[in-house]
Amino acid sequence: MTPPLLKVEDLRIALAGDGVTYNAVEGVSFEIGRGEAFGLVGESGCGKSITALSVMGLLRRPLSLGGGRIVLDGQEIQDVPAAEMRRLRGKRIAMIFQEPMTALNPLSPVGRQIAEMFVLHQGAGWSEAMDRAEDALRQVRVPSPERRIRDYPHQLSGGMRQRVMIAIALACGPDLLVADEPTTALDVTVQAEIIDLIAELCAAKGTAVLMISHDLGLVANMCKRVAVMYAGRIVESQVADAIFARPSHPYTQGLIDSLPRLGERSRRGRQRLREITGVVPSIQAYPAGCRFNPRCPAVTDICRTNVPEATSLPADGLVRCHHHG
Amino acid sequence: MLLVLGRRLANVVPTMLAVVALVFLLFSVLPGSFISGMNEDGRSAMDPAVMERMRKEMGLDDPLLERFAKYVANTARGDLGTSFRTREPVTKMLSGRIWPSLKLVLAAMTFAILVGVTLGFLAALRPGSWIDTASMVGAISGLSLSQFWFGLMLMYLFALKLQWLPSFGYGDGGLRNLVLPAIALGVGPMALLARTTRAAVLDVLNADFVRTARSKGMSERRVVEWHVLRNALVLVITIVGLQFGSLMGQAVVVEKLFAWPGVGSLMVDSVFQRDMPTVQGCILMIVLFFLVINTLVDLAYVVIDPRIRYQ
Repeated sequence: MTPPLLKVEDLRIALAGDGVTYNAVEGVSFEIGRGEAFGLVGESGCGKSITALSVMGLLRRPLSLGGGRIVLDGQEIQDVPAAEMRRLRGKRIAMIFQEPMTALNPLSPVGRQIAEMFVLHQGAGWSEAMDRAEDALRQVRVPSPERRIRDYPHQLSGGMRQRVMIAIALACGPDLLVADEPTTALDVTVQAEIIDLIAELCAAKGTAVLMISHDLGLVANMCKRVAVMYAGRIVESQVADAIFARPSHPYTQGLIDSLPRLGERSRRGRQRLREITGVVPSIQAYPAGCRFNPRCPAVTDICRTNVPEATSLPADGLVRCHHHG
Repeated sequence: MLLVLGRRLANVVPTMLAVVALVFLLFSVLPGSFISGMNEDGRSAMDPAVMERMRKEMGLDDPLLERFAKYVANTARGDLGTSFRTREPVTKMLSGRIWPSLKLVLAAMTFAILVGVTLGFLAALRPGSWIDTASMVGAISGLSLSQFWFGLMLMYLFALKLQWLPSFGYGDGGLRNLVLPAIALGVGPMALLARTTRAAVLDVLNADFVRTARSKGMSERRVVEWHVLRNALVLVITIVGLQFGSLMGQAVVVEKLFAWPGVGSLMVDSVFQRDMPTVQGCILMIVLFFLVINTLVDLAYVVIDPRIRYQ
């Protein structure tokens, strides 16, 4: 078996606050193969985004890497010097952010913001870089790119801006694209276009994708494998199809039940979508044992005291639940 | 661009009219006049007939509205009237005073921008460092100082003790005489600029697009040069404009203190003597300066920030 492109092992992210250090993320491990699309799913505040930032080496105070290993293509990158990390960032691992409205510099033409990538990583001159920025815009299917490169972000729609972000991220042909909720801020009709674009371009270039979303349906469509995070831990990880067919963790089951599906409701004779009661606990107040226990419909005493170990599932899957099997 | 300019200039006339009206009103409720002042200056009393003749001559007995209308009409022709005190045309008196005032204000603002913006930048790039602490303590002190007291201290230290610079006066109009009053006048805006710049840069450093820039693999220096500077500048320029505009008015105290022959000291002297046409002229000059600077700031916005386009 070929070694994975990205291997995250026992990742711990520390949150410093008021003299106490909390673990915002702990024991997170996953692997992404070359050209593979991997999904990380969970509610807001479960630690998905900071997991992505830690892979990019972009954690900032009060967050910091507390432990674990991040291996990119055989090289440990969790504590390489800043200058070396900068050469990897953008060139080998690139990132798309959630908010295309604010993620681009409002005072700089979008063409220039793409061209920066060629200047930074490939030593291109500005005029050559601008030509290539135009090509990059064409690839993400922005109409009349020769005019658009001179536009400022405020002159573009949200969807167009996210295309620009994709053009920036894929400019230097990275091995891994980290997409942090790339469609959350967009119109529903535009969402599908953007996801298709990311999937298509990455497939064409053999770029692996770490897709982060709260939308299980969206992730399952695009990714081969999916991990579900809850309160800073991965609770289940499976092949995408299997997650829908046989969800093994009560939380995953809850997520799937809360998705609207055509025809399902009337067939089951239910009028309302089922919700997961309660909210994600704050980092300062993670419960002992299984962190899902206050919201879990199948909770028993052991869940309140013992952290569940990982149980293997078929096809490299795993689940962390006392009641599995 | 021209549209912005045109629109701003169209605002100048009504603003000036309003200011003139306000000054007229103030002087009409103020007790005493130029002539009663002359009568009460402690020397022999004036002949009532002379006083009566002077009042007529200066038009002080005319109804307020009539005087106002006359003044506006004359100003529109470029005639600001004749000084009661010196019997010279106000325009002529002002023309000798504008350049020294302008020089003082420009020097003070240059000092404020160079020192204030630099300190603010350094402080923001190293929050919590000694340079941050030192410059912010300096900024708070600078804001709280009275110009008058600070000017006196400058004189004491650099003129009296060290004897590096002349203590007051215009001299030959060279740099040596300019330094102390410019610093005294510039320290307030400098302090404000240091604080604003620090806040603006910190604000921009936390923006999403700076995170994007970092994710591109840029060095922190490039991030600042390519993405932070310009964005912070937009915020800084607002404060520069406001401070710059009002500096001519603030200069009154410093000009008086350093015996600087500018518009401000002319105005103070004229107020004491109820020399109304001169005071009017001075105030008009200060307001005009404020409006011009504001217009320039608006133009600067358009150049720097592509989001601002006036329809």
